[in-house]
Amino acid sequence: MKADVEPRPVVAGDAALAPGEVLLSVEHVSLSFGGIRALRDVSFDIRKGEIRAIIGPNGAGKTSMLNVINGFYHPQDGIITFKGRRRHNMRPYLAASQGIARTFQNVALFKGMSTLDNIMTGRTLKMRRGILAHMLHWGPAQREEIRHREAVEHIIDFLEIAHIRKVPVGKLPYGLQKRVELGRALAMEPELLLLDEPMAGMNLEEKQDMSRFILTVKDTFDTTIALIEHDMGVVMDLSDRVVVLDYGRKIADGTPAAVQGDQAVIDAYLGVAH
Amino acid sequence: MNGTSASAAVAAREDALDTLPKLLISNASKYANRPAIRHKDFGIWQTWSWSRLHEEVRALSIGLRKLDLKRGDTVAIIGDNRPRLYATFAAVQCLGGIPVPVYQDSVADEMAYVLEHAEASIAVVEDQEQVDKVVSMADRLPHLKKIIYDDPRGLKDYQGSNLHAFTDVQKLGRDELRGNPGADGWWQDEIAKGKGSDVSVVLYTSGTTGRPKGVMLTHTNIVVSARNGNRFDNFGPDDTLLAYLPMAWVGDHLFSYGQAYAAGMCVCCPESPETVVEDRREVGPTYFFAPPRVFENLLTQIMVRMQDAGWVKRKMFDYFLAVAQRCGENILNGKPVALADRLRYRLGDLLIYAPLRNRMGLSRTRVAYTAGEAIGPELFRFYRALGINLKQLYGQTEASVYITLQPDGEVYSDSVGKPGLDVEIRIADSGEVLFRSPGVFLKYFKNDEATRAAKSPDGWVHTGDAGFFDQRGHLKIIDRAKDVGRLNSGALFAPKYLENRIKFYPEVREAVAFGQGHDYPTMLINIDPISVGYWAERNNIAYGSYQELAAHPKVYEMVRQRVDEMNKALAQEPQMAASQIRRFLILHKELDADDGELTRTQKVRRPFINERYAALIAALYDGSAACHVATEMTFEDGRKGVVEGDIRIVDMPVYPAPSEPLREAAE
Repeated sequence: MKADVEPRPVVAGDAALAPGEVLLSVEHVSLSFGGIRALRDVSFDIRKGEIRAIIGPNGAGKTSMLNVINGFYHPQDGIITFKGRRRHNMRPYLAASQGIARTFQNVALFKGMSTLDNIMTGRTLKMRRGILAHMLHWGPAQREEIRHREAVEHIIDFLEIAHIRKVPVGKLPYGLQKRVELGRALAMEPELLLLDEPMAGMNLEEKQDMSRFILTVKDTFDTTIALIEHDMGVVMDLSDRVVVLDYGRKIADGTPAAVQGDQAVIDAYLGVAH
Repeated sequence: MNGTSASAAVAAREDALDTLPKLLISNASKYANRPAIRHKDFGIWQTWSWSRLHEEVRALSIGLRKLDLKRGDTVAIIGDNRPRLYATFAAVQCLGGIPVPVYQDSVADEMAYVLEHAEASIAVVEDQEQVDKVVSMADRLPHLKKIIYDDPRGLKDYQGSNLHAFTDVQKLGRDELRGNPGADGWWQDEIAKGKGSDVSVVLYTSGTTGRPKGVMLTHTNIVVSARNGNRFDNFGPDDTLLAYLPMAWVGDHLFSYGQAYAAGMCVCCPESPETVVEDRREVGPTYFFAPPRVFENLLTQIMVRMQDAGWVKRKMFDYFLAVAQRCGENILNGKPVALADRLRYRLGDLLIYAPLRNRMGLSRTRVAYTAGEAIGPELFRFYRALGINLKQLYGQTEASVYITLQPDGEVYSDSVGKPGLDVEIRIADSGEVLFRSPGVFLKYFKNDEATRAAKSPDGWVHTGDAGFFDQRGHLKIIDRAKDVGRLNSGALFAPKYLENRIKFYPEVREAVAFGQGHDYPTMLINIDPISVGYWAERNNIAYGSYQELAAHPKVYEMVRQRVDEMNKALAQEPQMAASQIRRFLILHKELDADDGELTRTQKVRRPFINERYAALIAALYDGSAACHVATEMTFEDGRKGVVEGDIRIVDMPVYPAPSEPLREAAE
């Protein structure tokens, strides 16, 4: 009765990466806004099939880093390579079409639209027919919509949000909005999923649910995940590797256990005079 | 053809279809393309026709045979209401196996006890969660050989030769059917071997005390009770119901399986437990069962939403609700109603009642039942006034549900109705209700002692509830039989009955009745601080504390009127006339679990109260007009203090019982 979501179409010229190969690498990236240096010479990589956490104290540059990967900010220096190709003049919609999806720290959904419609917007890039055809809602356009709706229903089922399918998201509690946002990102069938504080403001039960979803996304959808998170317990349990930023610099990189014992990290979190 | 031979033909046909699998075969040819079961999956209602259901059951059944299921084996079924789990009932029964549905949210220990006690050899479960639960208790279950799961999500990496996907088991069956031309005939023979007297299902009752008991019901129990239930309310193949209550509960088993098979009804399974309300709206069941709390929640939701509505809507709602309260029930009961009111009601139906029914998903509901606990008269009347035919029934697992039901047009909030078809009822000298019917269970599984205690050799079953028949011939349940006592005069005294009645008034929060071993009943009453406080605010009555409010003369007067109303009503019931409250007092503090007066589930702890308020109780019986008390109480922050004061005791007039003789006993 339940088939998995249709296999991701392989874009011509893209060699599928094996697990463990570098999916995205960031080399010597620096970013500044006027005099404020948000990122200074940061390098790390994200490997296919892993959960990569980016952590650090407030103002460490975590969200800036995500925005750079996402193509929203343009670093003054440094090289970003995605699937073996160096990126130039990146824009968010290009990043999206290449298979990078994200969620936001402050939920960024269309508040007046239903859960279903919000997730449906995640399919926009996969729509082939034009606006006019969809307005007429006939023939190929209708078949296309049905196909996309089916994919969305699988996501709704997966995230257990069937009961709020038709509810405007503005009326939903925060924890559920986060889940809807994850659903919209999943609707893009991304290769790399960026999660900006997926558990912020959630209670323990919601955090456990979200952790379970993230792990299952990795396993069943074969998605690589980079996440920013403040809850150390969550980070240590979920992630395969952790990169730690502080004042725009990378201060540690490694397995959760190694990072946890790193003196520089402890200093950064406990606050040592700079 | 004349009437008698026609009904004889019906009877003969019914006799031949004496098991549920036989009903399935018959339905598959009679209602071939009509819907048997629906389920919302990925947002779309999917339908299995009766012939599809037949095919699914056959494939599973033969697959189970391949997994070595033998006649008499028990199969545990654990999960939410799903078409495949319902199909499992029939598939197991086709082979002479016995399904044992288990409450899917019971704690691991309780579930392990049931699986172990039932000696289940196969467990058919819904999803990963249930697989995990069953696997975790596997070492306690020597009989369990196979686990079959419906939803494969998350189970990809599970290993083990004893774990099977539902579809794989069906594939075993389908392969066999393809490869072996005799398989279908063999399967039909297996069904033909089944007899009405065979055990069809074991249902474990969630006992409030001790371990759950496995109630063994035969095919005859289920089939005959189902037919009688259908006949009572005229259910047929055009009826639809929503299966959302636990599959392990006898009601769901009889309604969604027994009655559905007997009448060819369509059963709809919700998408998930959270979507029941939406799904109900989409399905529009013609038959709806819910415990009182579901109706209560529905009403609360409506009231809350109305608060947010615009003033025009609110005014309309209030006006037409008043019209409905005045004449809606009479219209539903077919009683004469003034033409003007009829027209108003018609208009109200168009503007308010029909949209409300639609919102609740009860637009097409012909019959709605509630049972399980007492339903407040206000709540009950609200639904009936809106034109929803809400009725009460009284039943238990040991009876295959039905003991009494309210017939259309004879619906009262304070009774549970008349004996169901073929049900005999007797009231024992102790006041306990006994019944005998075709639905009476065979025995408790592996517990002959309990069987002997509950069921006499000639088939009478002890319900454990005390009750009596009122003048209309309706049964009233008053209390658990063990809690019912006697006054010194020998008259029946049921404290819970009196307490529940007075608690239906919004001013009363809690009450404790006394009378056992006394000459007359008395009562301690706790007012409801919210409702009475609100009333005091509107009437400009100033008060500084609960104690002050409780002792206010106007509050006393209000409560006195309520007790008086209750006494008047009690006087109308010959068996209860002696239970009129002679004296009462309003307690100076709220009964509280922190002080040990209530249990944590808010039930009154009688022995403790008897001891703690001994002085007050003595004063209730010594004729004094007031009593001085000092009681220690615990505040919210854990500090202790003493409340002290004089409490007034009020004497109540007693009304004479009606002089007409007792109506003949109902049996």
